[in-house]
Amino acid sequence: MHSSTVVVVILLLASAAYQWAKSRSISLVGGTRGVRNLHSLPAYYGMYVALWCALPALALLGLWHLLGDRVVLQLVLAQMPTAFQQLPADQAGLLLNDIRNVVSGAVPMETARPEVVMAAHHWQTLSGQSNLAGGLLALCVAVLVGSLAVRSIKPDLRARNRVESAAEWALLACSGVAVLTTIGIVVSVLYEAIHFFHFVSPIDFLFGTTWSPQMAMRADQVGSSGAFGAVPLFTGTLLIASIALVVSVPIGLFSAIFLAEYAARGVRTVVKPLLEILAGIPTVVYGFFAAMTVGPLLRTVGESFGLTVASESALSAGLVMGVMIIPFVSSLADDMITAVPQSLRDGAYALGATRSETIRNVVLPAALPGIVGGVLLAASRAIGETMIVVMAAGLSANLTANPFEAVTTVTVQIATLLVGDSEFDSPKTLAAFALGLVLFLATLGLNIVALKVVRKYREQYD
Amino acid sequence: MTIEQHQHVTNVARDVVFNESDHSRPGEQVDTKTVGQVTVEAPVITARHVNVHYSEKHAIKDVSIDVARNSVIAFIGPSGCGKSTFLRCINRMNDTIPNAKVSGSIQLDGIDIYDRSQDIVQLRARVGMVFQKPNPFPKSIYENVAYGPRIHGLAGNRADLDEIVQTSLRKAGLWEEVKDRLDNPGTGLSGGQQQRLCIARAIAVDPEVILMDEPCSALDPIATAKVEDLIDELRENYAIVIVTHSMQQAARVSQRTAYFHLGDLIEVGPTEQIFTNPRHKLTEDYITGRFG
Ligand SMILES: Nc1ncnc2c1ncn2[C@@H]1O[C@H](COP(=O)(O)OP(=O)(O)OP(=O)(O)O)[C@@H](O)[C@H]1O
Ligand SMILES: [Mg+2]
Repeated sequence: MHSSTVVVVILLLASAAYQWAKSRSISLVGGTRGVRNLHSLPAYYGMYVALWCALPALALLGLWHLLGDRVVLQLVLAQMPTAFQQLPADQAGLLLNDIRNVVSGAVPMETARPEVVMAAHHWQTLSGQSNLAGGLLALCVAVLVGSLAVRSIKPDLRARNRVESAAEWALLACSGVAVLTTIGIVVSVLYEAIHFFHFVSPIDFLFGTTWSPQMAMRADQVGSSGAFGAVPLFTGTLLIASIALVVSVPIGLFSAIFLAEYAARGVRTVVKPLLEILAGIPTVVYGFFAAMTVGPLLRTVGESFGLTVASESALSAGLVMGVMIIPFVSSLADDMITAVPQSLRDGAYALGATRSETIRNVVLPAALPGIVGGVLLAASRAIGETMIVVMAAGLSANLTANPFEAVTTVTVQIATLLVGDSEFDSPKTLAAFALGLVLFLATLGLNIVALKVVRKYREQYD
Repeated sequence: MTIEQHQHVTNVARDVVFNESDHSRPGEQVDTKTVGQVTVEAPVITARHVNVHYSEKHAIKDVSIDVARNSVIAFIGPSGCGKSTFLRCINRMNDTIPNAKVSGSIQLDGIDIYDRSQDIVQLRARVGMVFQKPNPFPKSIYENVAYGPRIHGLAGNRADLDEIVQTSLRKAGLWEEVKDRLDNPGTGLSGGQQQRLCIARAIAVDPEVILMDEPCSALDPIATAKVEDLIDELRENYAIVIVTHSMQQAARVSQRTAYFHLGDLIEVGPTEQIFTNPRHKLTEDYITGRFG
């Protein structure tokens, strides 16, 4: 029996149980008029029973599959000739793979060794039996537990509370997934980063000023010594992100003010979505635009002023990135500005404040937490952006504050370090994880600061 | 009075016999259906034939009334009758409502405030307003009061500003409660304190008229009593127009009372007379609780 069939049948059973329990709860109190005597609405009794019907059975099915495969494997191996059972671990693994391939049909039976074919047959029969048994057991459990639950229905059964606490657990589980994922990512990055710091000392990494992450294959190779000083990457990231913020914060904020306070309704309904489209353009397209249009343009303009501008420069990447993150600032700021209560504006107007005075002195301070939030969101977006920088700012790790030169950023280096074939025990690859850790800590710090700022103003102005 | 203006007046008002000489003072004839004395000697505000439309809705119908100096006038009437609307005409706050249209004339010290040459900033500096819900700015107590003087450039230096803030807070009866925490946010005060802060904020720009739209409706009886005492004191220096739903409050704080009904100004008179001896049937019904 296929397990997806079993799942479908269990779900059908559960919906049948729902109807049954619902009508039973109604009939218990003598029809719809008596529903007031039930503790909960009939639908809650239905859901209560349906949950009892489906959840244990599904849990059992899942568990069966998890454990069943291992048991089958052990049984198959036990049946094989003794020579195979005493194989060293790596060869045993290969053998197992052979068997798996035969079972799945990836390797035709004729070409496989007879023992393997035997084992494969054995495997198939066993797992067929196991599936059947598991499926039947699950169905039995569904029917049994479901009918027990139906029989437990009494007018004073607190079905609503039970169902609601089940829902609560489900919600908890969902948020648990998010939290666990984060923890998992942090732990794995941390693990690899610590591994990296066995090769390169954290001091060299954090304060070194040369970045050339190649490792020699052989000792006599040219340029055999790698340098893992990440300072050029940090400064590059900072340089580009600050250029982007210098562009996006004023433009985003001012356009939000215009949209929220000055624009006629018609203008607003057209302009706001248009602005938000900017966030929807793929970053590759921005990168393309930066490399093909903005870079050369800056170069020509720079030359006419007697400046040397590299065709791949921090400036062009930063400018284009700034345009990209305008909507992050403007959208949030606009929401916050429109959320400032009219009564505050009225208060200022009634004192004789002009519109611009009202906006500057009353509306913006009240909207500040949201605006700060938007700016920090834009900042973390700018720090994390990779594509535009790869295409428009180059890959050379220059330690410079000159926006006309090529620089590179942390994320770009992570990407290049991990592209292509890489071994996971060379510092070159592991450096990516160390960089990732630094990036993570930086954005975490940014978020904490953002929360602090927002909370401070909330307390003060709510 | 034009034919249309005649039609604005409610049928009930037409049944009442009134005496032309009642609502005119020597030298001025006011053409109105309102019962009682709409004019006063040397008024600070003179409203004549004011109409307000919100799109289709005719919210104020041909209202004429004077506001006297150094006295309190109360606007009463059932909900939705246009009290707030008329109040907001006096400092042109209706300008901020896109679909509101005001016609007629309102004069402040003899100058039409709806005239093109009237600067709205100066007008609002002369006609302050306190709202139903306290709305202190998200700033410190000090800055809340200092805000008006700042934007109008009333204080030459910090000492002047401190002086203005202190006197305003004193006049508003809040100084003793907040003098040690002027740097705390105004939003951290209690509701009644916030409302008195808003009054202090309004008097800091030294207006001639203060408009108050149900200033005590969000306050408890004790805070209300404080604000009422305050209004009584402020009367020495300012003309005050107060909208209220509380008859007792109107009786306690005002010298004149105006009764609005569905956009019409039905009756105006000395407060005592309105509450003891209303001349219009609608006023009487409202006062005695048979309406609203
Ligand atoms: N912005 C607006 N747009 C359209 N109609 C409005 C607007 N403001 C008020 N009105 C209408 O104008 C009429 C008068 O409203 P107003 O707020 O002046 O009444 P009010 O006497 O102050 O009532 P309340 O005592 O409940 O505050 C009401 O019928 C109201 O529905
Ligand atoms: Mg009102």
